[in-house]
Amino acid sequence: MVSEIRGRNLITGEAEGPVLKLAAPISLWGGVDPVTGRIIDPRHPDHESVITGRVLAIPATIGSSSSSAIMLELLRQETAPAAILLGSVDAILTLGVIVAREMGYETIPVLQITQKDLAKLPNTGYVRVRGDRVVEVRSERG
Amino acid sequence: MQLTTEEQAIARGALGDAAAIAMHIVVDMTELLGGTQLVEISSAHIDGCIYHGDGGVEFAERLVSGGAKARVPTTLNVGALDLLHPTRVRGDQHRYDMARRQMVAYEKMGCRPTWTCAPYQAGHRPRVGDQVAWGESNAVAFVNSVLGARTNRYGDFLDICCAVTGRAPLTGLHLPENRYATTVIDTHQLSPTLKNADVFYPVFGSWLGSEIGDEIPVIDGLSANTSEDRLKALGAAAAATGAVGLFHVAGVTPEAPDLETVLGGREPARVIEVTAQMIRAQRDRMSTTDEGRLDAVAVGSPHFSLSEFAQLERWAEHIHFRIPFYVCTGRGVLKQLEDQGRAAALRGAGVEIVVDTCVVVTPILPAGGGVLMTNSGKFAHYTPANTGYEVVYGSLEDCIASAEAGHVVRDDALWS
Repeated sequence: MVSEIRGRNLITGEAEGPVLKLAAPISLWGGVDPVTGRIIDPRHPDHESVITGRVLAIPATIGSSSSSAIMLELLRQETAPAAILLGSVDAILTLGVIVAREMGYETIPVLQITQKDLAKLPNTGYVRVRGDRVVEVRSERG
Repeated sequence: MQLTTEEQAIARGALGDAAAIAMHIVVDMTELLGGTQLVEISSAHIDGCIYHGDGGVEFAERLVSGGAKARVPTTLNVGALDLLHPTRVRGDQHRYDMARRQMVAYEKMGCRPTWTCAPYQAGHRPRVGDQVAWGESNAVAFVNSVLGARTNRYGDFLDICCAVTGRAPLTGLHLPENRYATTVIDTHQLSPTLKNADVFYPVFGSWLGSEIGDEIPVIDGLSANTSEDRLKALGAAAAATGAVGLFHVAGVTPEAPDLETVLGGREPARVIEVTAQMIRAQRDRMSTTDEGRLDAVAVGSPHFSLSEFAQLERWAEHIHFRIPFYVCTGRGVLKQLEDQGRAAALRGAGVEIVVDTCVVVTPILPAGGGVLMTNSGKFAHYTPANTGYEVVYGSLEDCIASAEAGHVVRDDALWS
């Protein structure tokens, strides 16, 4: 089964990977270890999940303004998600990707999608983010 | 984008390569946030000076080598080192060297080496309505809410880009129409005794942040004399558990003389009546263990103020702590303590004064983990993930009694 979700392109690019849909908002600083890509906040429902290589769906960001620095480190150390789908835009998380681009590091696509579409994303499965702002959702790897 | 002639010139390199990079980043972020113009700022506070990895050092040094200078008065948040007590922070030589390089780079850009997350306790106090660009979540909440200046929640690196260009994206909380409260938080059901306790404010803030995310709350029913330290504690906790960049307190904060004014004459989207049960449940969530064992106490997030030190001195007189008792503060506050001859007595009682940084951003707590007690909502939130310690939340009095006893002592009367 294939379904498409249209998003707003924040950082253009193409990527694919298994979905990781976070069950709660996150602060990357104090939430994710940039060396291992692991979610380290024991109070977060996705504690111990690894974001590296995943298409990471984040309902909202909270907390620290250092989350942009963690985003930059994830990209520099190649432990970043394959792509990020954001339910809301702030001046912190995507900023880390913009700074990485200025520094000449490899970046990842970031899309803003509606909370409704975010809710419709499957909790598992494999998705592709395309430059034309479309998210292809497949139930299995293909 | 509608850029002024000057802004276009900066983007082309009129102030040097680094300012051009900074302007590109500011403009990119403005577009992302849906804005079309920039706003001139009168001050900045920089969170990007703290080391989280070599990328931050590379970025800062690239700005320095491109001739970047802050164009507005700019203070610096904590770094990853205590520069006045160099052996305080654990870690290898590489980390030490890089953390230091990052701090030095920001000084070279003309920022004031205040090294505090409470720049408002170091004389950096914008006026009501001032346009500023501040980073660090508690500092953002404080400058917007308590001082009434205007900033968005800016992430590390954008803060210095704003300082170097003298501009911020004209979006969000920079615009007066976006600063009205949308949600009423009614605290009239809570007892005056609870609301008159310092220990209430971090718990209430933690609850508020997790409840409302990035909505703009107005809190109703707090005393007109709510102290700055309590507002600081409330905002810091709410900004840790949520995305709170601005909160109002009716009859207390400058944009909220009364409910009607701060709601802009509109009906609130939500009214939440806070119950004692909600607050008790939040207090329980702030601790991760109830075993009673205790290895260290840490207070001072945000950095301890002089008045908080006075409270500690009053309650801790004639006490000697059996376990490490860390108080994190700004070097400016420490200097005043020393000038007034107060620091020696605190150290004599076993207080370890940490400056320029704090215990959840860099390795200071004894290696190997254990249980940390704190009176800070922000420390309670970040301790488990960032230090590997379990955490117990209590009042400052509880922290003092526990550090004297060597195990957790909490007065539960307020919560029963």
